[in-house]
Amino acid sequence: MKVKETAQIVASDKLAENIYSMLLATTASQYAVPGQFINIYCNDGSKILPRPISICEIDKELGTLRVVYRVVGKGTAEFSNLKPGDTVEILGPLGNGFPLEEGKAIVVGGGIGVPPMLELAKELTGDVTAVLGYRTDDLFLADNFIDAAAEVVFATDDGSVGVHGTVVDAMKENDLRADVIYACGPKPMLKGVAEYADSIGAKCYVSMEERMACGVGACLGCVCQSKEVDNHSHVNNKRVCKDGPVFLSTEVVL
Amino acid sequence: MNTKVTIAGVEFQNPIMEASGTFGSGMEYGEFVDLNRLGAVVTKGVANVPWPGNPTPRIAEVSSGMLNAIGLQNPGVEVFCNRDLKFLENYKDTRVLVNVCGHSAEEYIEVVDRLADESRVDMLEINISCPNVKEGGIAFGQDPKAVEEITRLVKKHAKQPIVMKLSPNVTDIKVMAKAAEAGGADAISLINTLTGMKIDVERQNFVLANKTGGMSGPAVHPIAVRMVYECANAVNIPIIGMGGVSTWEDAVEMMLAGATAVSVGTANFFNPTATVDILDGMIDYMKRKKIDNITDIVGIVK
Repeated sequence: MKVKETAQIVASDKLAENIYSMLLATTASQYAVPGQFINIYCNDGSKILPRPISICEIDKELGTLRVVYRVVGKGTAEFSNLKPGDTVEILGPLGNGFPLEEGKAIVVGGGIGVPPMLELAKELTGDVTAVLGYRTDDLFLADNFIDAAAEVVFATDDGSVGVHGTVVDAMKENDLRADVIYACGPKPMLKGVAEYADSIGAKCYVSMEERMACGVGACLGCVCQSKEVDNHSHVNNKRVCKDGPVFLSTEVVL
Repeated sequence: MNTKVTIAGVEFQNPIMEASGTFGSGMEYGEFVDLNRLGAVVTKGVANVPWPGNPTPRIAEVSSGMLNAIGLQNPGVEVFCNRDLKFLENYKDTRVLVNVCGHSAEEYIEVVDRLADESRVDMLEINISCPNVKEGGIAFGQDPKAVEEITRLVKKHAKQPIVMKLSPNVTDIKVMAKAAEAGGADAISLINTLTGMKIDVERQNFVLANKTGGMSGPAVHPIAVRMVYECANAVNIPIIGMGGVSTWEDAVEMMLAGATAVSVGTANFFNPTATVDILDGMIDYMKRKKIDNITDIVGIVK
């Protein structure tokens, strides 16, 4: 069930350089699962397209969704200036979300791919290791992951915390094993994680990203290349917003 | 109060449709909108075989608008008939316009022939104006001779009335409208998107993989109104007006300029219920202005 409604901002905080957190009161929280996203519309009408932002935490009891996002342009800058009590139009939850699998899991997030892994880490019932990649020691959400996961491994581009290198370097260095790996981050990272998963015989789910317009599967703006012929257009293009954003790593071309 | 409009003998319960390519075949937006309330569902472009479309990124935002370069990704007419038309069987109150695309005259004809006996298809919209494919599409829509020829050829094969969808990327759109009329078009629809470009100054590269894309959204609306007005005064066939229609005022403006029906496109992306919101606003306007028949306002601004 997708909800289009005016959501009230309960909290809005800066977590790190250009990284912001927003807590929204919305009935969309009742239908959301980890790995889904919501479309947030700008109050400035000249920015017509919704911003698709992944869900970081879901609280069904309080009826809230938390999103953590990077300010990359004027639209997200507008969101970062919103205060508790302000409202935004939203549509969601959108997309398929991560399937919750049994067994030992690794959740991997790189940069702004870290936030959607938090709710997943909280909801997985098996043993969870979180592997988080950052540019610097500005480790946003790290405390939340320390609470949610059995083990947290860090990788930083500048080497200031944890492994100096990528999340894949960190997995190799720690010789991490699992039945299933979930990942969200830039495409080269997803490719590296998928290869690592393959090397240890783990199933791998990746959350893909693409420029979107509608967010509901109608406009075909946000496709990614699929290995098999897709069900919608019968070519090799899956819709990131509707068929994804989560795909098995073996389903898509990384 | 009567919201009905008639185009080429096909009666629509109201003049509000959605614009091809923004709404699929209605399946996705059917979650937000009762499709039975629309005057028509206008499907995304359908070709003879599946088309993969362009590489990504296909979407860019611009001020009060957007660029798209989807490149007519579609499943081909066979899947379309078996799935999309079957789905639309559930919405008998709305008319169905199928948008037809092709790389060549033969490909258009193949689709038109395949659709000839599909009873759910009320009308065909022939896309001779897509700016995002290299062959076909706009290549047919920028030369009046080609417009007239393809119109005549399609008309010969089509069992349903045909609407020729015109491109704004021409020096004088009236010339194209007249060419479509001369070729036997039952109606014309306009405008398709305006070819645009966006460059990322940090990356010093094009935002769209296709380099150019079709611009749509509120920013193009005044251009569309002007072109509908010009065409309405140049031809005697009905016009389906579109281009940046986002509010009921925009839709009424189109009709005052000469459109018999109005399509809502990009607005669906920022308001999933835009079509029915616009319809409700138009009905309120009719009540307030004591307009008995919506057709009474078509083209009255001279």
